[in-house]
Amino acid sequence: MANPVPIVDYLVLDGPGEGGVPQYRAHLVANECAGCGARYFDRRNACANAECAGTDFAKVPVATSGEVKAFSIVAFAAPGIPVPFVAALVDCEGTSVRGNLINVDPDPEHVSLGMKVRLATYPLGTDSAGTEAVGFGFEPLSN
Amino acid sequence: MPNADGVWILGITMTRFGKHPDKDVVDLAADAALGALGDAGVKMKDMGVLAAGNLLGGGLGVGQQLQKQIGQTGIPVYNVANACATGATALRTAVMAVKAGECDFGLAVGVEKLAGAGLLAGKDRKADADTWTPQGRYGAVASVDGRIGTETMPGVFAQIGMEYGHRYGGTSFELFARIAEKNHAHSTLNPLAAYQKRFTVDEIMNDVMIAYPNTRSMCSANCDGAAAAVVVSGSKLKTLSLEQQRRAVKISASVLTTDPWEEACQVLPNVNTLTRNAAVQAYEQAGIGPEDLDLVELHDCFATAELVHYDNLMLCKEGGAVDFFESGATWRDGTTPVNVSGGLESKGHPIAATGIANIWEVCHHLRGEAGDRQIDNAKVGLAHVIGLGSACGVHVLERAAV
Ligand SMILES: [Zn+2]
Repeated sequence: MANPVPIVDYLVLDGPGEGGVPQYRAHLVANECAGCGARYFDRRNACANAECAGTDFAKVPVATSGEVKAFSIVAFAAPGIPVPFVAALVDCEGTSVRGNLINVDPDPEHVSLGMKVRLATYPLGTDSAGTEAVGFGFEPLSN
Repeated sequence: MPNADGVWILGITMTRFGKHPDKDVVDLAADAALGALGDAGVKMKDMGVLAAGNLLGGGLGVGQQLQKQIGQTGIPVYNVANACATGATALRTAVMAVKAGECDFGLAVGVEKLAGAGLLAGKDRKADADTWTPQGRYGAVASVDGRIGTETMPGVFAQIGMEYGHRYGGTSFELFARIAEKNHAHSTLNPLAAYQKRFTVDEIMNDVMIAYPNTRSMCSANCDGAAAAVVVSGSKLKTLSLEQQRRAVKISASVLTTDPWEEACQVLPNVNTLTRNAAVQAYEQAGIGPEDLDLVELHDCFATAELVHYDNLMLCKEGGAVDFFESGATWRDGTTPVNVSGGLESKGHPIAATGIANIWEVCHHLRGEAGDRQIDNAKVGLAHVIGLGSACGVHVLERAAV
């Protein structure tokens, strides 16, 4: 079977986790500007920090644990998207990351501002070649 | 020669916001434009520039389509698009032309047909591809909306309100619901609002959940509508009738900003810094402070958004938006009435029309023509809009001294 592929190129799969499938050990990487240290997750043309405007970037690992800075429990989304889900902004030791909160009940009793979370992965399914894709989210640290 | 006598709103109008099934985009734009020209007491042939915005129509050049119905005078047309700040951008374009001395009169129009558009979300999620193939700037093998956060506006703006709560404390589901309660209460006095119904806090909190903490009645209403304004140079205004001079409203500040780069701004849109930057510039241009404002129309696309803009527009001290709202300041009988029109949550949000309709509301009060909802003796007001992406328009308006 082919190696699994990450949902986005800034998710790096580090191999099977303890307890086997479907969890993968993983981390996120950012494109860090050599000039000012600004971090981006997309393919870059140049640094958006106008004071810098650098064009040199290096891949750097992002902390795998963090704190929920903002969230919304989305109950209504475009057709085809399962709801509800928890969209969140997670502060991973100074790098802000967008992701869903997973492995937690999507209600205000179980999700809160400031909660501590860590990166987690889940299977997205396999394509016609039998290759598995892997998604990521953040799960409560206290699980 | 640049015009040194300032730029004034000579005529302005908005259509009723709501459902207009018998009218197309051009009909609505024509209603608003002809209304503004009539209000100004001038004709299409007087206009030196036309700036027009229509975000979701998809047609080519709403400005030229409008000209073909109300007057093809050969003047330059600027068709503009800046998300929810499109209307303010059209007005600002006309203002810049007059300010530059290129013409004495300009017309700005914003129009949208949105009724029944439903949730303005991302694109429908298509079935995943047959083979996982990385695409786009994130090398995504599958659609990320709903898998890596949300692209729905209610969800994005919910997070923006929650982030404020995380930073300063004091927010709750109920607090955000009470902001919507205020705007719906205000809407009962506005005959042009799409919805003019008062709701209790319980009704708002128990309404259909869209994106916690925003329920349906805490979200802006999709609807049809148009708004238009005629602007004139100060020197030309002096040659017009006393009645035109008396009803003219001074544009004391006209500012458009975009979001400057800062950490996280490409992860969750930052609607705060560009609004604050626009407000700082606007107060400086106008030579007034937030304490001088008799009313404010701000971009409450969601109840969660209104809260953060109290702070961004410096209506309260930094971090003090919750206490400011709790004090009652933003109700129509408070010290800084906010969204006495009912706001986008009840008046409605026909996207490209919104940035001119907010200004119409303020002008209506400054002219003393707001009827039942008149803010007594209003002299100075501020109108604010924001379009994600992002663009922010702030205009400060003052009553004529004549
Ligand atoms: Zn840089």
